[in-house]
Amino acid sequence: MSLTSQDIDRIANLARLELKPEESERMLAQINGFFGIVEAMQAVDTSGVQPLAHPVAAIQDIALRLREDVVSEPNHREANQRSAPAVERGLFLVPKVIE
Amino acid sequence: MSKLVQGYEVVIGFETHAQLSTNSKIFSRASVAFGAEPNTQACALDMALPGTLPVMNKGAVERAIEFGLAVNAHVAERSIFARKNYFYPDLPKGYQISQFEIPVVQGGEVSFFLEEGKETVHKTVRLERAHLEEDAGKSLHEDFIGQSGIDLNRAGTPLLEIVTQPDIRSSEEAVAYAKELHKIVTWIGICDGNMQEGSFRCDANVSVRKPGEPLGTRREIKNLNSFKFMQQAIDYEVRWQIEQIEDGHKIQQATVLFNPDTGETRAMRTKEDSADYRYFPDPDLPPLVIGRDWVERVKGEMTELPRVMAERFVKDYALPEYNATTLTQSKAMAAYFEATAKACGQPKLASNWIMGEVSRRLNAGEMTIEQAPVSAAQLAALIGRISDSTISNSAARQVFEGLWNGEGEVDAIIEAKGLKQMNDTGELEKIIDEVLAANPKNVEEFKAGNAKALNGLVGPIMKASKGKANPAQVNALLMKKMG
Amino acid sequence: MSDLHNLSVKALATLLQTKEVSAVEVATRFLARMGGNPHNAFLDIDSAATLAQAQASDAKLANGTAGPLEGVPVAHKDVFVTQDFATTAGSKILSGYRSPFDATVVQRLRTAGMVTLGKLNCDEFAMGSANENSAYGAVQNPWDTARVPGGSSGGSAAAVAAGLAPAATGTDTGGSIRQPASFCGITGIKPTYGRTSRYGMIAYASSLDQAGPMARTAEDCALLLSAMCGPDPDRDSTSLDVPAEDFTAQINGSIDGLRIGIPKEFFGEGLQADVRAAVDAALAELTKQGAKLVPISLPRTELSIPVYYIIAPAEASSNLSRFDGVKFGHRAKDYTDLESMYKKTRAEGFGSEVKRRIMTGTYVLSHGYYDAYYLQAQKIRRMIADDFQNAFKDCDVIAGPVAPSVAWKLGENANDPVADYLADIFTLPASLAGLPGMSVPAGFGAHNMPVGLQLIGNYFKEAQLLNVAHRLQQATDFHLRKPMGV
Repeated sequence: MSLTSQDIDRIANLARLELKPEESERMLAQINGFFGIVEAMQAVDTSGVQPLAHPVAAIQDIALRLREDVVSEPNHREANQRSAPAVERGLFLVPKVIE
Repeated sequence: MSKLVQGYEVVIGFETHAQLSTNSKIFSRASVAFGAEPNTQACALDMALPGTLPVMNKGAVERAIEFGLAVNAHVAERSIFARKNYFYPDLPKGYQISQFEIPVVQGGEVSFFLEEGKETVHKTVRLERAHLEEDAGKSLHEDFIGQSGIDLNRAGTPLLEIVTQPDIRSSEEAVAYAKELHKIVTWIGICDGNMQEGSFRCDANVSVRKPGEPLGTRREIKNLNSFKFMQQAIDYEVRWQIEQIEDGHKIQQATVLFNPDTGETRAMRTKEDSADYRYFPDPDLPPLVIGRDWVERVKGEMTELPRVMAERFVKDYALPEYNATTLTQSKAMAAYFEATAKACGQPKLASNWIMGEVSRRLNAGEMTIEQAPVSAAQLAALIGRISDSTISNSAARQVFEGLWNGEGEVDAIIEAKGLKQMNDTGELEKIIDEVLAANPKNVEEFKAGNAKALNGLVGPIMKASKGKANPAQVNALLMKKMG
Repeated sequence: MSDLHNLSVKALATLLQTKEVSAVEVATRFLARMGGNPHNAFLDIDSAATLAQAQASDAKLANGTAGPLEGVPVAHKDVFVTQDFATTAGSKILSGYRSPFDATVVQRLRTAGMVTLGKLNCDEFAMGSANENSAYGAVQNPWDTARVPGGSSGGSAAAVAAGLAPAATGTDTGGSIRQPASFCGITGIKPTYGRTSRYGMIAYASSLDQAGPMARTAEDCALLLSAMCGPDPDRDSTSLDVPAEDFTAQINGSIDGLRIGIPKEFFGEGLQADVRAAVDAALAELTKQGAKLVPISLPRTELSIPVYYIIAPAEASSNLSRFDGVKFGHRAKDYTDLESMYKKTRAEGFGSEVKRRIMTGTYVLSHGYYDAYYLQAQKIRRMIADDFQNAFKDCDVIAGPVAPSVAWKLGENANDPVADYLADIFTLPASLAGLPGMSVPAGFGAHNMPVGLQLIGNYFKEAQLLNVAHRLQQATDFHLRKPMGV
């Protein structure tokens, strides 16, 4: 299978990436080049095989660790917002959100 | 058989987001307290600062288990957290951690009564699932010219999203379901139920169809945060969809908002890619494993559920099912009833008074049972005075009035208002003799066989006794004297 | 002492504990060598911050509260967030970013007494095999400045090889510790997935990322790893409840009778002769010490390339969504609305390889493709992990080359990203299986460039790998050789 330039536009929009026309073209060629080596993977029969999420689950059960419901984070607003592009009265500013 | 609207069947499914009553957030140790200064309760993880990772809050899982047990659902031994990917300023990571393929609560049902015309019908709505997820932050649009302000204090607040099957067939059923669900989550204490603060948010998926036809295209009404608007919004949406279809238009799937001022629903701006959330299991969170022993422990510690309590009221107090259900609308109401019933030993009378006089005054004053000025003990004492025929029912209402206005205890009020029934035969006979002597004509007519004439005598006797005479006793004595 | 920069971590630790040198002297010496930022290895240097840490270490050494590595300098790959230094992950989108907290690994090494020299250059968000994808310029290989140091931990490898730091931290997602260690002639180990905390490591591919040490000797790696690893229950849900070990405890154990598995798939045509010769020589050295070579098969070795390049970009496309110009980092200057702010910010902030992987990852997760790509890849991933478990029935450790060739020339693969992907073939299988793997200097190949021997162990067998590596280093001196002028 290979992608079309429409696919590239759709994905770029999903990923919120603005691509210049020449970038899109290069991207299309390179991603299709990569999908050439992906075909081998498609041919593998994986029926009955469970996907492996946490690698060590290959040899032992891995369960989510739970923490006690305790509040222990003080207000670090100033430090946490130190690298923010736009803040006013403690709020992050963004271009108007329309619903 | 569900009732039709202009020949159409209404089909509604509900999605409810209940904020779980934990102290800390679902994946961080920041507080979830409402109303703090912007971003003062958003820690590094809630702001999605680079390098932060989620760690699951046990309290949120425990509450999900409680809910599952409360609605007779299956609590999954193993459930998976997934990422729902989309860009929005109030979603700091660019994805929401939720559950997709394998939710923690599976199946279950919610049952309730609702009035249809004169009769009371019993309805059951099946649940599809309930899953754990994190809440988003808030966008503030006011007083920033051309910009929005983002407050992430709410980001990461634990939510239980409760999803029904499309079993609801009218706006009345929808509201009754929502009220019952609200009752359950507040009763078991997993959610404070505060709709103004957004602790309990409902979305309704509404569609219409001709009976027997496949499901119509649905439109989702978002953020129905009051029971009143819920009914208005659904009724408007149903009329709108029927008009569209009647006018030959197709319904387009959409997300709509209800505007209480106009009473109308309006479609939200739809993003063309909003459907493609690219769900995949969150590699930062291994599977959530819930041992059966944990479920059993929670079951053991859980408070008696409303429906169980209602059944007990029917069995132990011989109440009609409807009374039992009404009295278990809230824990406080149920406790008030049980205290009254136990103290006076007259459960049926207690239930009548609470569902009658007490509820009437609470509704009139827009009060909850906790605010009632008449204590269960006082109501029990009042009921006691009726059953030992110290006072008549009509007198009892005056005493209740007094209790409500804080005029003192039951007996004191009976004294002060002089409402004691006259049970002393001697004094009553004296009055009767005087009345008989004063009305020979009625006596004659009665003896001649005109039963009506008796009323002409009872009236004056009650009057002379200033209403304290026991009517039954008056009749008995009259018969004897004229027999 | 003028050759402080050539001493091992172990030797420096001893000199510091015996007060023959002070932490400030050691730090000053390395800061001097870092002047002018040789090989473009560093992204942030702050002498004042480093010397403050060194003074604190000297105080501890004086009052007897010193940690085991007190005063020994270390430099951190720039994907570890730090309070005292800027953190960019080699990306423009994080230019000048200051973290309000330290990564667990950084904080643990500081607790052990190590003094931070600065932050090391790397491929942007650790995406690359040559360190040519850094927004702040490529890193040179100290053995031949016209060649790449490997990636993505290229700055770490170059700094250690050039004597700019006695040790460094790295991260390994598909080979990013082992391959640059091999290209620069140093030693590096990626522990079992879940051994070291990922808290404070800027995420690339969550189910693969692991932190590890890079130094000249296996023994130095053991010293750092002992301090770095261990559970982090309050911060990282993927960190395992496996207690930290003293990896130096059995580091000189005998390897007599050790069964070393030789996967035939690692020795096919793809492997260049010079690399093969060096690897064979190193294996022969181990057999002299009583180890036996056992032929094994890892049949899905080639499949690990598509599997890895589906899984890693998929996870990355989601992990990198938080870089949107709202909470931190770069925001485009000119935009018309929210959507254009997002798109321009991310277009300006990310480099081309990162964009490529975000696009690939977004595509394979998008509607209708998830099962065919991500899910299929995760299933084959389990098959690859099972292949290793079968192999370990016949052997104790697995050995082979780290990469098919020695370090290539800067710019050689600039327009052919897939060529870089293919070069990862020998490091990807252990990454997908989450197994510990390391690179040990095995000799020199074409153009007198270093060649590394890869050792792969079963889960939690880091001590065994370090032992084998140490035994090799007792019999060879490749790890002690230095580039010209170091």
